Amino acid sequence: MNGGPRGVDVDADRTLLSVLRDDLNLTGAKFGCGEGQCAACTVLVNGVATKSCLTKVGAVEGKRIVTIEGLAPEGKLHPVQQAFLDADAMQCGYCIPGMILGAVALLGRNPNPNDAEIVIGMNGHICRCGTYPRVMRAIRALAGNGGRA
Amino acid sequence: MKRRDFFALLGGGIVVLLDDEIYAQETGGPRRGGDAPAVPLEIGAWLHIGETGVVTVYTGKVEVGQNARTSLTQAVVEELHVPPESVEMVMGDTDLTPFDMGTFGSMTTPRMWPQIRRAAAAAREMLLDLAVRKWSVERTTLTIADGRVSAGDRSASFGELAHGEKWTRTIPASVPLAAAADWKVAGKSLPKVNGRAIVTGAHKYSWDLKRPGMLHAKVLYPPQFGAKLISLDAAAAEAMPGVKVVHEGDFVAVAAPEVEKAATAVAALKAQWKPVTAAADYRTVFQYFKQTAQDGAAKAKNLTPYTIAYIAHVPLEPRAALAEWEGGKLTVWTGTQRPFGVRSELVQRFGIPEERVRVIVPDTGSGYGGKHNGDAALEAARIAKAVGTPVKRNWTREEEMTRAYFRPGGLIEVAGKAAADGTITEWEFHNYNSGGSGLQSPYNIPGKKEQFHQTKSPLRQGSYRGLAATANHFVRESYMDELAQSVKLDPLEFRLKNAKDERLRNVLVAAADKFGWKGRKKTAGRGFGIAAGFEKGGYVATCAEVGVDPKSGAVKVLRAVVAFECGAVVNPEHLRNQVEGAIAMGLGGALFEEIQFGEGKIATNRMSKYRVPRFADMPVIESVLLDRKDLVSAGAGETPIVGIAPAIGNAIFDANGKRIRRLPLMA
Ligand code: FES
Ligand code: FES
Repeated sequence: MNGGPRGVDVDADRTLLSVLRDDLNLTGAKFGCGEGQCAACTVLVNGVATKSCLTKVGAVEGKRIVTIEGLAPEGKLHPVQQAFLDADAMQCGYCIPGMILGAVALLGRNPNPNDAEIVIGMNGHICRCGTYPRVMRAIRALAGNGGRA
Repeated sequence: MKRRDFFALLGGGIVVLLDDEIYAQETGGPRRGGDAPAVPLEIGAWLHIGETGVVTVYTGKVEVGQNARTSLTQAVVEELHVPPESVEMVMGDTDLTPFDMGTFGSMTTPRMWPQIRRAAAAAREMLLDLAVRKWSVERTTLTIADGRVSAGDRSASFGELAHGEKWTRTIPASVPLAAAADWKVAGKSLPKVNGRAIVTGAHKYSWDLKRPGMLHAKVLYPPQFGAKLISLDAAAAEAMPGVKVVHEGDFVAVAAPEVEKAATAVAALKAQWKPVTAAADYRTVFQYFKQTAQDGAAKAKNLTPYTIAYIAHVPLEPRAALAEWEGGKLTVWTGTQRPFGVRSELVQRFGIPEERVRVIVPDTGSGYGGKHNGDAALEAARIAKAVGTPVKRNWTREEEMTRAYFRPGGLIEVAGKAAADGTITEWEFHNYNSGGSGLQSPYNIPGKKEQFHQTKSPLRQGSYRGLAATANHFVRESYMDELAQSVKLDPLEFRLKNAKDERLRNVLVAAADKFGWKGRKKTAGRGFGIAAGFEKGGYVATCAEVGVDPKSGAVKVLRAVVAFECGAVVNPEHLRNQVEGAIAMGLGGALFEEIQFGEGKIATNRMSKYRVPRFADMPVIESVLLDRKDLVSAGAGETPIVGIAPAIGNAIFDANGKRIRRLPLMA
């Protein structure tokens, strides 16, 4: 979990989202719908973007989980976080942690996505404020270097 | 808070109070008489510079994604010559900030922004006064930059100057301000001041907050709107460890240590409800509007009907509140656009004085006009009172989609005539239920008749980004095209023929130029549309290009060009962001958003049943900002939304000759 082992004594049936938020105090993963429609709850499980609202906590035992809080070492920003800031890719910001982790995963599997690939890769994420063009711009700026600065 | 308490709270320094009697009157102000209000009545905003040099500004406005925190910070930076990092903006806290009617109606920029600039300008003059006094120098020798005042080789930080002071100055809201052309930081793009907290997940929304000993609550809602509770068997829920049941009349709720447990407990309640007969469903509602029109329906026979569906705000952060009672005082953290309105709701509900209720609004996961009231706050406070611990009431998406209020549906009937040269000679326009905003045509039509008819609504309805201006512009601008068609004129030419207002003409021409309207080339399955309008002090024109699938009729918006003029531009980057956001949001209401309901229930009760725009729905969006430095800045969060639906509708007609007279267009 974010670079080190974390143990929790909870019912294995609970969702990863609620355990992250309520038991581990990691509230960067957001509740938006609870049914896999919005991706606000996205976290990385072994590098794969995963909707934590649909994931049972028991299913991630022993896996590598990265939440937005653990994406970059304390005080530093990940290049994708920086790119979102540079593109002013946020309004209320509620969708943004999920978007950033989705983008990290996308760039991880395709370091050089074109626009159509970004749209397909990110289409599961809803931004009700409509920052889509800005998010596109942020990801485009990183395409070609795999999300590394 | 009393004036003398400012320094007790903040320590020494200087304080500027902005006396805005006019604003207080216009907005109805805080309640006079009775309970003493928290901050003196007529204060619009206040600002403190402390001994550490931190500038703290207090405003009752809230941040819901429209970037008020940043634009108001800019106002301070501009006048006070401090780095943005040393400005702290305290927003939407009823114990600390001055009364404010609410964050809506695009009022933050035209009203609060100049107020804060004035307060900051006054503070600057006070700092200069202090330097004159302390150094015995001529005022004209002083310079102020980067949070320091200097004269020759002498220099002091704001904190050093404010040290040991307890100086308050009250200024009127009428002090003149620097003209837009002389702005330094305002008018340029300042990055979002709390952007870092957002990209690192550190910012806490209402949904994220916790208090020690807090329980999570769920409310048992009736299966149909308005159904009354006949009987309740709560034994199974009560037997669950840690679960508490609250039952007060028709109000039934549970509280439990975990969210999941609260959900299980509420599902275990056995309730019987008296069924109700619903007045209308989402198809019959338009007839229902006409039948229930309070002033009677329109008489004219030749009217063309258009319909507008109810739609939901779907803020990505559903409504949420955390309530805590301590020593007879209630504190509620909640995402709302009206902190003081929510305080009043709580005051009324619990019959306690205003100073016993504090509402704090963390920067919120958007609102779009949907978070004006305190539904979640009332629930949380009521349950917290009954169970005796802090209570969290986070609405689920399903609760958000069914228990919140909606943008009103509407029936709009319109008739008009144009002479052969394109001059509009007759215009009659009736809006049932959706509202009066944007009802007035911005075109010059002598003898036009426009009327809003109040009706009954089968659903709870309320504010929404742009209010009824979206519905009224959709119908007006669609019908403008119908009239243009009737006299075989180009839609742009026809509009220009009837538009005398220079600002309206300017946006039309700017959008058309950027879009390449004149040189557009029709190909199979492609269409082009244009629409314009005026709302909340801003002018907008929108051009859209659509592709229509000849078989399925599916519409894809390929390109949208928006020309927007809202006076002097405060922050161009954020303005573009708002324009893009308005297009994205408007696209949903234009194409596919629709609340389906019947038998007192909402069928579109989840995100999987209610489509909102996604990446793949986005057109290429280009915005042209007409910066009018000579005009006051108007708010920008709403107006750009009004042109997109009619531009798309007109483009669909251009593509396939089908005039669709309903929103959503693709229903
Ligand atoms: S909250 Fe998980 S997808 Fe929406
Ligand atoms: S920024 Fe508000 S939902 Fe994306």
